[in-house]
Amino acid sequence: MSANSAFNEEKGGSSNVGEPEYGHDPASGGIFSSDYKRHDDLKEMLDSNKDSLKLEAMKRIVAMIARGKNASDLFPAVVKNVACKNIEVKKLVYVYLVRYAEEQQDLALLSISTFQRGLKDPNQLIRASALRVLSSIRVTIIVPIMMLAIKEAASDMSPYVRKTAAHAIPKLYSLDPDQKDCLIEVIEKLLADKTTLVAGSVVMAFEEVCPERIDLIHKNYRKLCNLLIDVEEWGQVVIINMLTRYARTQFLNPNMNESLLEEGGGEKAFYGSDGDDDEEEDKDEKDKKKAEAPSVVKRKPYVMDPDHRLLLRNTKPLLQSRNAAVVMAVAQLYFHLAPKAEVGVIAKALVRLMRSHSEVQYVVLQNVATMSIKRRGMFEPYLKSFYIRSTDPTQIKVLKLEVLTNLANETNISTILREFQTYIKSMDKDFVAATIQAIGRCATNIGEVRDTCLNGLVQLLSNRDELVVAESVVVIKKLLQMQPEQHSDIIKHMAKLTDNIQVPMARASILWLIGEYCEHVPKIAPDVLRKMAKTFTNEEDIVKLQIINLAAKLYLTNSKQTKLLTQYVLNLAKYDQNYDIRDRARFIRQLIVPTDKSGALSKYAKKLFLALKPAPVLESPFKDRDHFQLGSLSHLLNAKAGGYQELPDWPEAAPDPSVRNVEVKESVPEWTKCSSREKRKEKKVEKPFYSDSEGESGPTESADSASDTASDSESGSEESGSGSESEESDQQSESGSEEDEEEEERKKKKEKIKAKKPVPESDSEQSSEEEGKKTESKNKPRRGGSDTESGEDKDSETESSESEEEESEEESEEETKKKKKATVSKPPSKPPKIDNKKEKKEMSLLDLDDFDPAPSLSQVTPLNNFLSSSLVTDLEGLSLTDNVLSPTTITPSGNLKTYELLHRITGEGLSVEYCFSRQPFSPDPHMVAVQIQFTNSAASEAKNLHIEDAKLQSGMRMKEFPEIETLPAGETVSVVMGIDFCDSTQAANFQLCTHTRKFFVSIQPPVGELMMPIFMTENEFKKEQGQLMGMNEITEKVTLGEKCHGEHAVIQRVTTAANLSRVPCGSDKECRFAGKTVTSGSLVLVSVVTKDNGAAQVTVNCEKMVIGTMLVKDILQTLTQ
Amino acid sequence: MIHSLFLVNSSGDIFLEKHWKSVVSRSVCDYFFEAQERASEPENVPPVIPTPHHYLISVLRHRIYFVAVIQSEVPPLFVIEFLHRVVDTFQDYFGVCTEAAIKDNVVVVYELLEEMLDNGFPLATESNILKELIKPPTILRTVVNTITGSTNVGEQLPTGQLSVVPWRRTGVKYTNNEAYFDVVEEIDAIIDKSGSTITAEIQGVIDACVKLTGMPDLTLSFMNPRLLDDVSFHPCVRFKRWEAERILSFIPPDGNFRLLSYHVSSQNLVAIPVYVKHNITFREGSSQGRFELTLGPKQTMGKGVEAVLVNSQLPRGVLNTNLNPSQGTYTFDPVTKLLTWDVGKINPQKLPSLKGSMSLQAGASKPDENPTINIQFKIQQSALSGLKVNRLDMYGEKYKPFKGIKYMTKAGKFQVRT
Repeated sequence: MSANSAFNEEKGGSSNVGEPEYGHDPASGGIFSSDYKRHDDLKEMLDSNKDSLKLEAMKRIVAMIARGKNASDLFPAVVKNVACKNIEVKKLVYVYLVRYAEEQQDLALLSISTFQRGLKDPNQLIRASALRVLSSIRVTIIVPIMMLAIKEAASDMSPYVRKTAAHAIPKLYSLDPDQKDCLIEVIEKLLADKTTLVAGSVVMAFEEVCPERIDLIHKNYRKLCNLLIDVEEWGQVVIINMLTRYARTQFLNPNMNESLLEEGGGEKAFYGSDGDDDEEEDKDEKDKKKAEAPSVVKRKPYVMDPDHRLLLRNTKPLLQSRNAAVVMAVAQLYFHLAPKAEVGVIAKALVRLMRSHSEVQYVVLQNVATMSIKRRGMFEPYLKSFYIRSTDPTQIKVLKLEVLTNLANETNISTILREFQTYIKSMDKDFVAATIQAIGRCATNIGEVRDTCLNGLVQLLSNRDELVVAESVVVIKKLLQMQPEQHSDIIKHMAKLTDNIQVPMARASILWLIGEYCEHVPKIAPDVLRKMAKTFTNEEDIVKLQIINLAAKLYLTNSKQTKLLTQYVLNLAKYDQNYDIRDRARFIRQLIVPTDKSGALSKYAKKLFLALKPAPVLESPFKDRDHFQLGSLSHLLNAKAGGYQELPDWPEAAPDPSVRNVEVKESVPEWTKCSSREKRKEKKVEKPFYSDSEGESGPTESADSASDTASDSESGSEESGSGSESEESDQQSESGSEEDEEEEERKKKKEKIKAKKPVPESDSEQSSEEEGKKTESKNKPRRGGSDTESGEDKDSETESSESEEEESEEESEEETKKKKKATVSKPPSKPPKIDNKKEKKEMSLLDLDDFDPAPSLSQVTPLNNFLSSSLVTDLEGLSLTDNVLSPTTITPSGNLKTYELLHRITGEGLSVEYCFSRQPFSPDPHMVAVQIQFTNSAASEAKNLHIEDAKLQSGMRMKEFPEIETLPAGETVSVVMGIDFCDSTQAANFQLCTHTRKFFVSIQPPVGELMMPIFMTENEFKKEQGQLMGMNEITEKVTLGEKCHGEHAVIQRVTTAANLSRVPCGSDKECRFAGKTVTSGSLVLVSVVTKDNGAAQVTVNCEKMVIGTMLVKDILQTLTQ
Repeated sequence: MIHSLFLVNSSGDIFLEKHWKSVVSRSVCDYFFEAQERASEPENVPPVIPTPHHYLISVLRHRIYFVAVIQSEVPPLFVIEFLHRVVDTFQDYFGVCTEAAIKDNVVVVYELLEEMLDNGFPLATESNILKELIKPPTILRTVVNTITGSTNVGEQLPTGQLSVVPWRRTGVKYTNNEAYFDVVEEIDAIIDKSGSTITAEIQGVIDACVKLTGMPDLTLSFMNPRLLDDVSFHPCVRFKRWEAERILSFIPPDGNFRLLSYHVSSQNLVAIPVYVKHNITFREGSSQGRFELTLGPKQTMGKGVEAVLVNSQLPRGVLNTNLNPSQGTYTFDPVTKLLTWDVGKINPQKLPSLKGSMSLQAGASKPDENPTINIQFKIQQSALSGLKVNRLDMYGEKYKPFKGIKYMTKAGKFQVRT
């Protein structure tokens, strides 16, 4: 050792000490001393107190590790530096530690305390990195410490630390599988995490630790689907693969009714044309069909689970990912889960991937090959993308060939064959051989081209390259087996080839052919045997076996000429080196040569040898590979890889879908989580650019950020709101002028008005068809998710309503007047009613047919007569300033707005309206009470009114009203039902059934109805408001509408817009309101501060930001009017 | 997931190894070498090789094999895509990804690999984040580091990973704010003997170099977005906005990145910008062959065809060539039989041609295949599909950026069969 150190001093000064040892292998001996020297040198540097020296040493050590040299004996010296201040030194020490800790367990323990300290650091990144290294140290003794650290990190504030915890789980599991149960608990907890950062990593952990615990996914399924687009790309791959498996266990096979749909005829065309997965229409269409042609759909039609659809819809955009693995994952998901008609969308993306690196191409082509067997049509349009270039690597060429062969059919075979012809001339002989095989397969699969192919292959028999010829022979042999009679000349031609072809497989094939069809070539066959007998000893084994076969067959058919030859061949074979051949010879001799001892079998020898053999089926090697999950390693290798999770078969019956329902509480914080994006969006609102396209960009954004669908509906409804607003003003001016015109007429008619009432009905009967259609479209069950659409829908509705308005103009005007009169006659309840009318216009103008908004108003209709229509407009202006008179009437019941649920015409005489009664719903306090009023204006009575088939968004619940047994003609009845909207403005869709018909209806609550008033003192209000700051607070400035000055007007309007109660306030410049959301009980605080100049500031504090944003918009709207 | 990574050079030496889980002996690579030996060409090594206990998934880039060792089921594309991302990162850091560059920067490489994978699962693959963690080596920094002893590991912790725009680093500042976009289209085509197009499609990319201060929000709109048949985006692009309005809206990463790649399908008619007249014949029994090749522009919209390079793999029987180029230079490698003709610019008045004779092996029979001709070219200031950027707007920041857009058409896999 001392000698070594002396040696060390001698060379220690040299600056490039790192260099020499790279060249040596420590194991090769002889340089032991320099080995020690090096390490002493490094140790010295590590012990110094200069960071630069330490760094230099660590760099050299890491370089050693990178080269695979052993640096384990430096462990003590390195581990001392684990607490070094220099970040780079520290990082390199970590690298070293992780690499060698397993070998030096005791010493590794020295470092643990540093990491434990790091776990408590206030900086999240330091906590994360400590956990990361700690969990990477593979020392069994620290398992409990790791477990503790993981558990703690799993509930860390920082999502980044939680992500690291998720990463640590599989590490611990591989170190100590006994920890599985504890780890599953952590996984369960992390699965519930709502951040995109964690999602990918925890699913990864789930897949490594407990992929069989599919039950853990239920509650998180929807969340994962919604988060997916924002998860980083690697996480996306893992999640999509896991969800594919999940969906296979939970949903029904969407293709199970395939045959049924095809019978339906039109159904298929519909699917084909549709292309995109608009479930709404899909369902509607189907349901319509069901109603129209019940005979077609006698069997229960397949209805896709909304969750299944959710998965397909949310993964589809990822086909556009730049990451090939993500695209492939989505492609396999669609292949395994999507209805047949929708799978096509993946083809384009997969074809795009083929432009990528050749490795990517290789994997993609393997998968395309499997897919193209099952769904050939999908790739047919992209046939040319699979054409082969001379520069492609051979393995790619062969795979492309495979795909081309799979895609070949009667229509494209000629182009494919022409393409194959150029391939045959290629210099790459392996590829040529594969092409010949491919031609063979095309020929067997497509009868029309069999002869052409055969002729082409026969021409190849004269090719100079022996490999080509041999391959052709083998393929021709297979083809000939299909119809040997017509091709004896080919067989003759091939018989001649035996002189030249040396490739054993080809020779064997020719011999087999001649033997099999010796009756077609009676003259040549014995001659071939003669030649073969001469060369027998020099042949390969497979050829020898075929010679024996040929001999035996000829002996049986033509024993006169060949008896001796056969004997000779059998004798040669008897002494062959190969025991297979000896055995075969013995066996055949016993069978064919009759002796006295020969058994019963020899009588059947001819039957045995010359039995009709079925033609071989040339199958793709990729057939049936799809039982492996596509895109997986197992699929690629066509063998089960370790850790592969089988893709389960579809269940016969779908398991209970309600397991995926989640408590609202869980889904709510998602909004806060994606807030950063939303914030961005909100910021943009101010910018001119965005403001004009806010309608579109709004939902885009929020869908992008995959927040809860509720946030979509926010912007969606906002859009529709503003749309109808402008619409409304149009309408108003229009109707105003029209009113003037028709005033005269109207006055004349005014006595008849009551009598006239039924008239429009018959009038509109003419247009009922048209109208019916429109209302039908309106009554389409509106499903969440496709909010933009429903937004547009509404727009178009209002547009269409314009035209319709003209038709029903008279009625509507009447209506208006009626209401106006009511307001006059009943001053205290006037404002709400005017509002009522307005609101209705807003909702959709065509609703203003001839129903009465509220039963209480019916009595005032006669007063119509006294009101000129011009007064109506006047009153409209007046109405709200008037409400000074009624400050006390802010009772909820007075403010009811009525909405139409079912129009009289659509409903065949049954009209249904609903309003939010603002009463607590007694059976379930978490539900919003909806008062539904049925009016039967048909001639006959309606029976069995009830609700069926409610299609609710996740988490929503509905308490149906008790069935109404009969509703006699002309009667009206009200019932109350409860709906838990989950604090979202998603519509509740259901079917309203009578004894004869079913109607699709939907109830969509304004955001103001999702809350209920609570009582609060001023101090409480201030306190709560103080706690709901930051993102939970939304403040908007507004200029109050002309008629909206004064405290009372403000109070009136706010309470009309939202179900809130007033909070007493000292200042008359400020109005405060409080309420809580019905479902989750989150506080909703509103304050409106007015200023002298008519400006005001509205502040909404609510922990549910979506509710807050929507509410503030509603309030602004009501205040500016 | 990914257990270990071995870097193998073209002569079959493992020059770097990295393990993320327990150490896998490098002898596992023997299976890889076996497969490498079996393969006739370097690119014919199967990307996935099963061994008794592991699976080897490899990619070949810059004549280096990146061999990942896998122990259990994992989507192969996942690994392949990741390995390519590693190579891209190296290239980004060192300018080139060669054995020498990796060896010179072995510590940085190791640090990068350490950050990119945790326990075999990708952690940080965005180059913007990585650059915050580990600064790319520059000459200046190397000098400074050696003098001051400072490091190239970022002092501050990477906050980018926590942000909602993980692709953009924070606190970007430039004095000159500029955003450049290159629309590059590559035309892939197969032209048959008679000059008719068998298949042609356009693959385009928009590469961006954005150097903008702060958090700019860009929108890029096209005159004719319907041309784009199939697109894939950088994760920064807001997909829904594209779906609805065909506008690219994004907060860009800092520096160079590929914003978009697109495909103009073969269903559309693609204009082929060059034509080739060829006459390559071998006569039976003679040891001479004729070789004639003329190039000409066609449908180039008035733009010149530049940087034309022709290469062709001649049949094995060809011993040597005696050709006369009307312009440019040509070379023929008698060993690989590769003919290369560097044409340069095509002058429509005087079309470039290459004529002469080939001498064949005496006595050898006539090659049964004519060689295919691969052509490379460039057309500046034109995108073949006709795609045009309409405008680029920036929101979110006050300053006025300098904007630039360049178009270019290149030959991709442009092949003429003869």
